[in-house]
Amino acid sequence: MAKYIIKRFALMVITVLIIATLTFFLMNLLPGSPLNEERSTNEAVQQNLEAHFNLDEPLIVQYVLYLKSIATLDFGPSIKQPTETVNSLLSRGFPISAELGIWTILTAVISGIALGVFAALKHNGLIDYIAMTVAVLGISVPNFVLATLLIQELAVNRDFFPAATWSSPAHMVLPILALATGPMAIIARLTRSSMLETLTQDYIKTARAKGLSPVKVIIKHALRNALMPVVTILGTLMAGILTGTFVIEKIFAIPGMGKYFVDSINQRDYPVIMGTTVFYSAFLVFMLFLVDIAYGLLDPRIKLHDEGGG
Amino acid sequence: MDKILDIKDLHVSFVTYGGEVQAVRGVNLELYKGETLAIVGESGCGKSVTANSIMKLIPSPPGKIKHGSIHFKGKDMTKLSNKEVRKIRGVDISMIFQDPMTALNPTLTIGDQLTEGIKQHRKISAKQANHHAIDMLKLVGIPNPDERMKQYPHQFSGGMRQRIVIAMALICEPELLIADEPTTALDVTIQAQILQLFQKIQRETGVSIILITHDLGIVAKVANRIAVMYAGKVIETGTRQEIFYHPNHPYTQGLLNSVPRLDQKGERLIPIDGTPPDLFAPPEGCPFTARCPKAMEVCSRIYPFQTELSQTHAVECWLQDERAKKYIASS
Ligand SMILES: Nc1ncnc2c1ncn2[C@@H]1O[C@H](COP(=O)(O)OP(=O)(O)OP(=O)(O)O)[C@@H](O)[C@H]1O
Ligand code: SF4
Ligand SMILES: [Mg+2]
Repeated sequence: MAKYIIKRFALMVITVLIIATLTFFLMNLLPGSPLNEERSTNEAVQQNLEAHFNLDEPLIVQYVLYLKSIATLDFGPSIKQPTETVNSLLSRGFPISAELGIWTILTAVISGIALGVFAALKHNGLIDYIAMTVAVLGISVPNFVLATLLIQELAVNRDFFPAATWSSPAHMVLPILALATGPMAIIARLTRSSMLETLTQDYIKTARAKGLSPVKVIIKHALRNALMPVVTILGTLMAGILTGTFVIEKIFAIPGMGKYFVDSINQRDYPVIMGTTVFYSAFLVFMLFLVDIAYGLLDPRIKLHDEGGG
Repeated sequence: MDKILDIKDLHVSFVTYGGEVQAVRGVNLELYKGETLAIVGESGCGKSVTANSIMKLIPSPPGKIKHGSIHFKGKDMTKLSNKEVRKIRGVDISMIFQDPMTALNPTLTIGDQLTEGIKQHRKISAKQANHHAIDMLKLVGIPNPDERMKQYPHQFSGGMRQRIVIAMALICEPELLIADEPTTALDVTIQAQILQLFQKIQRETGVSIILITHDLGIVAKVANRIAVMYAGKVIETGTRQEIFYHPNHPYTQGLLNSVPRLDQKGERLIPIDGTPPDLFAPPEGCPFTARCPKAMEVCSRIYPFQTELSQTHAVECWLQDERAKKYIASS
């Protein structure tokens, strides 16, 4: 197990490094630079600024400096917001984004599984049809459309929830709904089909033949097996939710990391782009790692320490 | 001898998109204490459905017990509530299914699966339940039971898993064990070991066994009595001797002719031609008519009455009717 974790950790570092490198060179391929919009500044100031942010160095030197900043976890100052460092933006934005993300995941997973299980148990009944109709809608409507609809219906037309910002639990309802509905629908459908399949398995018959109660048969014997496929797609869903937060934070004016990330790209704020990208990718890679561990814990047939021959 | 199970005129159907499958159509079966009854018959003749009905394990919908009674120790299982049936499942009656590779939950330890039944039904501590489970594993011949308890199904071979399934079924000391093709998925040497295990357990515990199988070789080895099923009906029952040496129903005769026998080495096997009837619309008369070499006019129109050839031997075929003998003589 320890060996597996070390190996996975090394892989994670390499993955993040590759993402960071790609981002660095792609970013420099983008037309424009953080400073050249400000034509008004005179030549000397411009050169001073470039020197200050090391933009006058050859690209390879910049790259090495940048790697150093990753290694020391200090991404330096923002170019566009001189009073801010990248780290201060991250530490301010991340808790808010994390809050949005965690609530979204929890909402999606819990309600998705519950919906899927009920639909499977009431197979071909009314609950099943309703749940699956909701699921199809949830999958096909993009989150930004849903967000706009929710704001229009529940915040503007009816004053149920505030329309924007992130200052009280009531403010959190609409963005979480907008972001969670898609993943919830995917989880519900997957849970339903996997549950239906699991319920026909022989070991379910064995469990029933033992005289166990239906609740015990479903929770102990069926659910755990039925959730395996759900766990496998959790990583993909998390990546989706993470990118979803960019859009949702923008729509609801939530001051999270996503907002800084999108703004930084628009403004070519190199250090912020790099810092947020590295942070996002490290975070996601770590989440995927947790999902793998969870899968190994759920399914005893998967031996983590045996994987990859190591 | 005490009769512990008495099935009378059992009808079970499945309602599907295509119509109603009449899987079991008036089955009568009796089982006495300490005996092994084998149910044999071609695939799809209703063996499993009959067995599953006993513990009300028919998936419903689509399945339904439409008619008949299943008396287990005096109580009619068909009339009990689900809760009352659960108190009998795994305690008084246990069941073993065909495929040991899939009968165990892959995500739970053997120990957990062995003890959960007894924990559910008896007021005993986890420790006592573990002791019990280890004793059962010893009984079925699993070495190192203490360590094995913590392992998962995939760490066992097929034969070992079937032993575990048997241990699981026996842990609450049931009076009736229903084994639905318990050895079909195993290779021949393991099959023999498992059958010996059944016999040993029966000697030691006095459990009654219903053994469902395609394999007449197994039947010849372990059954006391045999019920031959065809198209949802029991068409002949008798002791092992009666069925093997005096088979009366043309279908039983055909079945026996289609298996290799030790005393007729080298002879060609004669499989029964044709297929069993469609159970969506079963024929009114004898369902074997289309395949029967001795079929008469009456066969296709009226179902034959049961004839008792001895106290233990009964058959449902028109050939037993007095008039049939005249008919055969005249033709
Ligand atoms: N869940 C179900 N839905 C619809 N039809 C079913 C269902 N279960 C069984 N049947 C039908 O009932 C009939 C009897 O099936 P059963 O499983 O009892 O056969 P069997 O004698 O056990 O055969 P085998 O030797 O292949 O196990 C079959 O025609 C089958 O198609
Ligand atoms: S009743 Fe007729 S068709 Fe059926 S087995 Fe007897 S002889 Fe054959
Ligand atoms: Mg069967």
